[in-house]
Amino acid sequence: MAEVVWPWQYNFPPFFTIQPHAETRAKQLEAWQQLIAIYLKSNKQSTMDIREASNSPLFNNTSINRKLSPESILTILEDMAKSGKAAPVDKSKNVWEIYWHSLDEWGNMIYNWANINGMNNTVCTLFELREGENSVGEEFHGLDMNVLIKALKSLEMKGKCELMEFDDNQGVKFF
Amino acid sequence: MDRFEYIDARLFDGENYLKRDKNVKIYDGDDKTQFVDGEVVLTSHRILWGKPGDIPKGNVCLSLYLYYVFCIEEESGGVFGFGGPKRIILHLGPALPGKRPGPAVVSLYHYIKLSFKDGVDAVFYKALSDAVAKKEWESPTQLTSLTILSPNTSPRPSITPVNSKIRSGIVGIERSIEEQHRATDESINVAFKDLTKLMEKAKEMVSISKNISSKIREKQGDISEDDTVRFKSYLMSLGIDDPVTRDAFRSDSDYYMNLALQISDMMVAVLIDCGGIMSLADVWCRVNRARGLELVSPEDLLNACKLLERVDAPMSLRKFPSGACVLQLNSHQDEEVAKSTSELLEEVGNLTPVKLSQLANVSVLLARERLFTTERLGLACRDESIEGLAFYPNLFLDNMT
Repeated sequence: MAEVVWPWQYNFPPFFTIQPHAETRAKQLEAWQQLIAIYLKSNKQSTMDIREASNSPLFNNTSINRKLSPESILTILEDMAKSGKAAPVDKSKNVWEIYWHSLDEWGNMIYNWANINGMNNTVCTLFELREGENSVGEEFHGLDMNVLIKALKSLEMKGKCELMEFDDNQGVKFF
Repeated sequence: MDRFEYIDARLFDGENYLKRDKNVKIYDGDDKTQFVDGEVVLTSHRILWGKPGDIPKGNVCLSLYLYYVFCIEEESGGVFGFGGPKRIILHLGPALPGKRPGPAVVSLYHYIKLSFKDGVDAVFYKALSDAVAKKEWESPTQLTSLTILSPNTSPRPSITPVNSKIRSGIVGIERSIEEQHRATDESINVAFKDLTKLMEKAKEMVSISKNISSKIREKQGDISEDDTVRFKSYLMSLGIDDPVTRDAFRSDSDYYMNLALQISDMMVAVLIDCGGIMSLADVWCRVNRARGLELVSPEDLLNACKLLERVDAPMSLRKFPSGACVLQLNSHQDEEVAKSTSELLEEVGNLTPVKLSQLANVSVLLARERLFTTERLGLACRDESIEGLAFYPNLFLDNMT
């Protein structure tokens, strides 16, 4: 697990209580969203289960003995969902997908990469995108499959690629 | 049967022999007992039962106080009812504490029967019901010479009944309740008499305290400056010379108006001392302490405080969102409170209501309100944890890094 550089807020006890004062709360939620994105990015993690998350070091600072409650996590994630940075996977809003880049950003990033590498009009498998040698060092390398597909679908909507099914694998053709 | 007690066959003071009968058997309710073929002596107070010859000798016999008896009836003898009634049923009240030991500790029945072998003697029955009706044990015992049933025994000091006030039956209960009422009434009267006297004394007390203060002023050399100051402050917090009372006003609104004026006069100094704000409960205590004996009710105080703005008082009643009511100096504004509190926060690092209450010398409730006010103005942020609620300087808004 990669080391995360914790922001100063992480060691500030009130950070773990959702603030009632509107302005303060906005600042606080902003800080949390940044921290969540940084943390998940460094862990190459895109989904989060609220029920388990409250035990992860992200929401549980043992050094100051503070813990963010599941309700508070939900508040933050719902706020993230408003700006398209997260989406609930199940109806009970326990499992969430977190996009440290928005889906559009992901799509553009992959498209640019494909352009640069001259992969236009060729088909490559999703496996190649995630695990292939060409994409090593790219941000989307090792990206969660579901997120990847969603990003490519958003790209497909713009007519920049086409998703296709093989026998047991999925591929994508960039235009 | 448990109402009987063992006792020497002797008459008490004021007790009179009435009647006797022979061949009497006692039933405990419907059950036969070992007490058969005995002799019964009826007195004005008791029924005595003994083996033949025991009672005249003054030996130990069974005794039943007539105050236990609240109802007497005759039971017709035999199935066919000839030969006249043979038994008397005595319905008894509950055994009273302080009773001497008797032949039975407990009994299932609340009645006993006296069975007369030769049939109930109408004269005996009449004497018994008369004695019960007369309730001679309730009248004060007269000093009569000691009557002794037996001529053989020498006179002995009489034994007074264990509890001469014991009564039975509904009438007895009613009477004792009545007596209790009377006693309470009396004690209330006495208490109020004391209070009125105290009220009269209150005026004197005020003049005495004035005297003392003037004497202190004269003798300032003898008493240290410190003492004088302290004593004066005691007096200050003590005295309203002429408390506003409801009696003096025709309408409630006049009364509240004047009360409000008085409160504002006396509370200004106190509020300044306490940092400009005081919970209404504390105000109530202070006001009543100053008034001495003409106390005001919390409701009157509240009503008066609501009028403080109307009388242009330098303070006003304020209700916090949490519902806490306080009296607040008008100069004591939220912004200033928040500012001073946040300065304190910067200094100390973090504050709980308790901590602030100690530092700022206010009640915990008010300290809490202060912190909430500071938070509302964005100068503090909260930290809720298992350790409780604490407040920190609002670094979210300050640290723009």
